[in-house]
Amino acid sequence: MGGSSLEKNLIIDLKNIYKEYDGVEVLKNINFYIRKNEFLTLLGPSGCGKTTTLRIIGGFERPTSGELIFEGKDIINVPPYERQINTVFQKYALFPHMNVFENVAFGLKIKKLPKDEIKNKVINMLKMVNLEGFENRSIESLSGGQQQRVAIARALVNEPKVLLLDEPLGALDLKLRKEMQLELKNMQKRVGITFIYVTHDQEEALTMSDTIVVMDKGEIQQIGTPVDIYNEPKNAFVARFIGESNIIDGIMHEDYVVEFAGKVFDCVDSGFERDEEVQVVIRPEDLNIVDAKDGMIKGRVTSITFKGVHYEMLVESKEFQWKVHSTIMKLVDTEIGLTVIPDNIHIMKKVIEN
Amino acid sequence: MKQLKWLSYPYIFWMILFIIVPLILVFIFSFTTGDIRLNGDFQFSIENFQRFFDPLYLKVLGKSVNLALKSTIICLLLGYPMAMIISRENIKKRNVMILLFVVPMWMNFLLRTYAWMTLLGKNGVLNFLIKKLGFTPLNFIYNDNAVLLGMVYNFLPFMVLPIYSVLIKMDRSLIEAAEDLGANKVKVFLKIIFPLSLPGVVSGFTMVFMPALSTFVISRLLGGGQYMLIGNLIEQQFLWTGDWHFGSAISIIMMAFILIGMAITSKFDKEKEGGGLW
Repeated sequence: MGGSSLEKNLIIDLKNIYKEYDGVEVLKNINFYIRKNEFLTLLGPSGCGKTTTLRIIGGFERPTSGELIFEGKDIINVPPYERQINTVFQKYALFPHMNVFENVAFGLKIKKLPKDEIKNKVINMLKMVNLEGFENRSIESLSGGQQQRVAIARALVNEPKVLLLDEPLGALDLKLRKEMQLELKNMQKRVGITFIYVTHDQEEALTMSDTIVVMDKGEIQQIGTPVDIYNEPKNAFVARFIGESNIIDGIMHEDYVVEFAGKVFDCVDSGFERDEEVQVVIRPEDLNIVDAKDGMIKGRVTSITFKGVHYEMLVESKEFQWKVHSTIMKLVDTEIGLTVIPDNIHIMKKVIEN
Repeated sequence: MKQLKWLSYPYIFWMILFIIVPLILVFIFSFTTGDIRLNGDFQFSIENFQRFFDPLYLKVLGKSVNLALKSTIICLLLGYPMAMIISRENIKKRNVMILLFVVPMWMNFLLRTYAWMTLLGKNGVLNFLIKKLGFTPLNFIYNDNAVLLGMVYNFLPFMVLPIYSVLIKMDRSLIEAAEDLGANKVKVFLKIIFPLSLPGVVSGFTMVFMPALSTFVISRLLGGGQYMLIGNLIEQQFLWTGDWHFGSAISIIMMAFILIGMAITSKFDKEKEGGGLW
């Protein structure tokens, strides 16, 4: 996905962004673009460069080289206070010496808007984030979730063209996090602002995003919709990072025919060399449990764990240990068979991992 | 924790013996006249305070407050940027710079002030250089400016250190957040950095103003034998004139001024954290 600047509703375009700190490469040629009103998520483990990428867009870091195009202009040299971009910081970074109203009004006061207008905007924004009547509260008297909302209100009230969010839900408990995920997504649709979201939580990324950029070791691993990324991971890293998966070596005999685990399967992938070595990804929930005699793969259950919605079983076959998610429970040491439909067999080019 | 309460007794005893009792004594002496050893001579009086309202003494008080305020403000103007510069360096440079600030404090206070005498004196280093260059020697010492210089030199670290310790702890993301919301460097300083550093400023203000108001060594050495600040006045009453009553009364008045000064500065410090001294 190179992406041309000529494309119509492009708002930000990162071109060959490269960054090193004291000789250590943090970002290696990052290229991606963001469309207007898109909810884009930078996803990856810690240290993958996602926060650095976000900070470059926000203007808090300068890349060593590369271009950052915002609405057709390179803004690498524009300081953060002149960018039409606002940020929700990881630990909120609310001003402790100001109350809720003053925090939210900060950006508007800097812009020297008339007092009435500031008041109206702030009150409306607090209403939107469900903090009506909190105007005079001090920051330290708020809960984590409330501080989070103030941080979002403080950024959104400036009507930025792009909102950057740096793991904004990281400090919240699971239930609140789920609520806020939906709320954020709704908010984004309502205000029609481009969101760039950074997280290491793959589930969060899948729930909220229009587009996910998966990063690792300063490089982009895959760009795509949540469905694409989940169903068609480009490599083993993505497959492992997004959800759980069985990754097994295989050989692509010809288009739509793959061999793995000592059997030949039909599949839906094509475009590989004849007899090319590949990696095959099968999600644990895509393996169906059948009687031993009916299975393409035969194996023995070696462990079973109750996970709430399903059981997680490890099934030992001759060639591989399979992770299986199923609502059917099989006792340990039961001999079972496994089947998988062609649609659920995902073929990736084999990469030598270091 | 309750069973450890006895641990505080030595401290309480210490405080009573060396802080509370002397304070009470000073207080008693300030409101009495006469010799305590002579029966009937020792009696209550507000004469000592009335005596202070002599223009002669008021002038000394005015001059002392004036100089103490001036030196505190100069320390603030010099010390704040210094603290800010140091706090922005990397940890290695920072520690070296702080060390450079602290090292002179390991030397004797008197010695450091004498050093200024040899620098500023009529035949001192500075005038020696001026004469070498062919100019007429100047009068650097034994005036207000010399005393002011001595105060600023001696008390500057007390302004820099508390401000530095507040700045170093400040969350950088607050500054980034302000920039993100459209504030340029000046506005970030005025609206975020300075207000959040006020506890350090108040603390520094206190730590410089107090010793500057009560000093008698700096004024004696750099101001000359005739130079009178309130500290010298008190010293004179106790050591030379022997009027402990009047000396005590002046001490009480000076304490009142220090307390007023602290009350005013702490008004600016809404947060009430890190102020420490008050």
